[in-house]
Amino acid sequence: MLSIKNLHATVEGEEILRGINLEIGPGEVHAIMGPNGSGKSTLGHVLTGREGYEVTAGEVTFMGQDLLALAPEERALAGLLLAFQYPVEIPGVSNMEFLKTAVDGIRKYRKLEALDSVSFMKLAREVCKRVDLDQNFLKRGVNEGFSGGEKKRNELMQMMLLEPHLAILDETDSGLDIDALQVVAAGINSMRDGKRSFVMITHYQRLLNFIEPDHVHVLGGGRIVRSGDKSLALELEDKGYGWLESEAV
Amino acid sequence: MSEQIDDLIKSHYAAGFVTDIESDTLPPGLNEDVIRFISAKKNEPEWMLEWRLKAYHAWLEMVEPHWAHVSYPDIDFNAMSYFSAPKRDEDRPQSLDEVDPKLRETYDKLGIPLHEQEMLAGVAVDAVFDSVSVGTTFRKKLYEAGVIFCSISEALQDYPELVRQHLGTVVPQKDNYYAALNSAVFSDGSFVYIPKGVKCPMELSTYFRINEAKTGQFERTLIVADEGSEVSYLEGCTAPMRDENQLHAAVVELVALDNAKIKYSTVQNWYPGDEEGKGGIYNFVTKRGLAHTNAHISWTQVETGSAITMKYPSCILKGDNSIGEFYSVALSSNFQQADTGTKMIHLGKNTRSTIISKGIAAGHGSNTYRGLVRMNPGATGARNYTRCDSLLIGDQCGAHTFPYIESKNPTAIIEHEASTSTVSDEQLFLCLQRGISEEKAVSMIVNGFCKEVFRELPMEFAVEAGKLLEVSLEGAVG
Ligand SMILES: Nc1ncnc2c1ncn2[C@@H]1O[C@H](COP(=O)(O)OP(=O)(O)O)[C@@H](O)[C@H]1O
Ligand SMILES: [Mg+2]
Repeated sequence: MLSIKNLHATVEGEEILRGINLEIGPGEVHAIMGPNGSGKSTLGHVLTGREGYEVTAGEVTFMGQDLLALAPEERALAGLLLAFQYPVEIPGVSNMEFLKTAVDGIRKYRKLEALDSVSFMKLAREVCKRVDLDQNFLKRGVNEGFSGGEKKRNELMQMMLLEPHLAILDETDSGLDIDALQVVAAGINSMRDGKRSFVMITHYQRLLNFIEPDHVHVLGGGRIVRSGDKSLALELEDKGYGWLESEAV
Repeated sequence: MSEQIDDLIKSHYAAGFVTDIESDTLPPGLNEDVIRFISAKKNEPEWMLEWRLKAYHAWLEMVEPHWAHVSYPDIDFNAMSYFSAPKRDEDRPQSLDEVDPKLRETYDKLGIPLHEQEMLAGVAVDAVFDSVSVGTTFRKKLYEAGVIFCSISEALQDYPELVRQHLGTVVPQKDNYYAALNSAVFSDGSFVYIPKGVKCPMELSTYFRINEAKTGQFERTLIVADEGSEVSYLEGCTAPMRDENQLHAAVVELVALDNAKIKYSTVQNWYPGDEEGKGGIYNFVTKRGLAHTNAHISWTQVETGSAITMKYPSCILKGDNSIGEFYSVALSSNFQQADTGTKMIHLGKNTRSTIISKGIAAGHGSNTYRGLVRMNPGATGARNYTRCDSLLIGDQCGAHTFPYIESKNPTAIIEHEASTSTVSDEQLFLCLQRGISEEKAVSMIVNGFCKEVFRELPMEFAVEAGKLLEVSLEGAVG
């Protein structure tokens, strides 16, 4: 699905990613943990092609394609989705219109029949229910005035509608109370179909109680300093990151 | 060559084609003889010629205004031509079938095939091609309702007293430099009269187009809504692409008598000049409405074209309880400069006005809102609400807001809100990350920004306005 080899990237001249190696197979769930500022979000941005992030070395293959050669929107159409840590507001553009435009684009790319407004409306309402958002959120501006938790659920809703092959969820669990966390976890689990892969960036073991990862990686200083299975997350919860960081240098 | 032009048009200015019709163009220059020629050519009554000459002499004494936030080289008024009519104006077409096929083709390209207009849902079109009005559809149907909708030249032949009674009552000849020039040389335009108590049975619509090189267009529109009547009027504008600048100095006068309602919408797509700022239309237009007791005047404008725009559709709220509204979207991209806004002059008691202005600047564009709200001593209990929002796309453009407020009545209430926002990289990236192209994303954001104004436009024009913005913003991002 996704193969990252020796990825180096800079932001404003400063090297943030310093040689990332990661293999993600179809249907796998990978958790990426690590202290603040270790480069987790940067990895998500680099993979999705955000402007300002410069790849200085390395290769990334996504479903057989050279990912780094694709424009950001082409990466999205190819099936790579990033749920943002800090979703931005687009006042004035209704959520519904935004979602419809995105879904129209992806369906066209996948050579699927276009959805008429009525069918789309129906679909969007269902998805709203699945993430426990009131239907009014469809009429409001994209993320406009949404609470932190509502924004995260809106990201999830986009994932459900766009059905990516690989979703990178950047701290989608942060700032959620336990009920919301369960809704989000259930939403993600419902998307697991044995083929779709997930990268979950998280600080907390608690999400991993609901969604069992196949692999856990710890990022430190722009590298993966430790990989393991689920038990690594428990160990981190216990000991913090300090013992790994001293190892990494 | 024409292939080249075609290509250009496709990618940039979709309405920029030139129709090859032999026209009867006056050599460049302006003097009394020119005015006499125009008046004679139109077989105008003597009073009209005198009216024009009075305006001309006033104009000679006036100086070009330079207070607006725009800059352009001095205009040589003797270098342009003041009359250009399609041939055969002696025997003007009696029906649409007689209209020159080339002309018809032009309209087809503009998306207004006249012979289909009659079948289309209720839009009558009075098309001004350069200076002379060529074909008016639906006139018969309107006539049955008692509505007069014709070119102002025809009105001067058929209803001279009606024209004489109202012409210049809202925008006097000496009102301003360009209005004086227009009064002297106006070539054609539309005339509308809605009788007492009549609700005009359909939207009235005019398409203006500047075709001849080196001509100025000076059309004059006069709309009179008699007591208790109602009309909605639409104006669309385009011009072909040319390297030299062309002047458009129109005057629009609206008279809403007691309890009448006039809604005037404009979708303006004059040629804005190229990416380097060469060519394009100078759009210096005077639009004003006079509202009597309980009357309601509403201006809606979508301004995407022109190299330079200076226009301030205004309302004089003379009668008690009269209402004035101004909804505007103005876009300046590339090197366009727009200085536009409105004037709401409250004279009567309990008069109300609403101003919603949406300015969009992209590329090197400069967008200025300039508005005046004046509460005169008699405007007891009057209210105004103004909102000016600016949207900046990129960091080379500018937006400016100059709200002028004059209140001479302590009971009058004036509210003003303003905001400036930008299309951020983050917003664009969210869209890209969802597979939405940058152009689509910008147009979605811009359309969202303009929603409140588009809502005021008749349905089919709202769609056109959205598309226009999209075309106008092409290449303005990134
Ligand atoms: N746009 C940016 N401009 C400057 N520095 C940045 C930018 N984005 C990230 N960084 C820096 O890169 C490092 C990694 O940040 P980030 O990837 O957000 O960490 P994490 O998500 O792991 O908390 C930090 O030191 C951060 O300050
Ligand atoms: Mg982060």
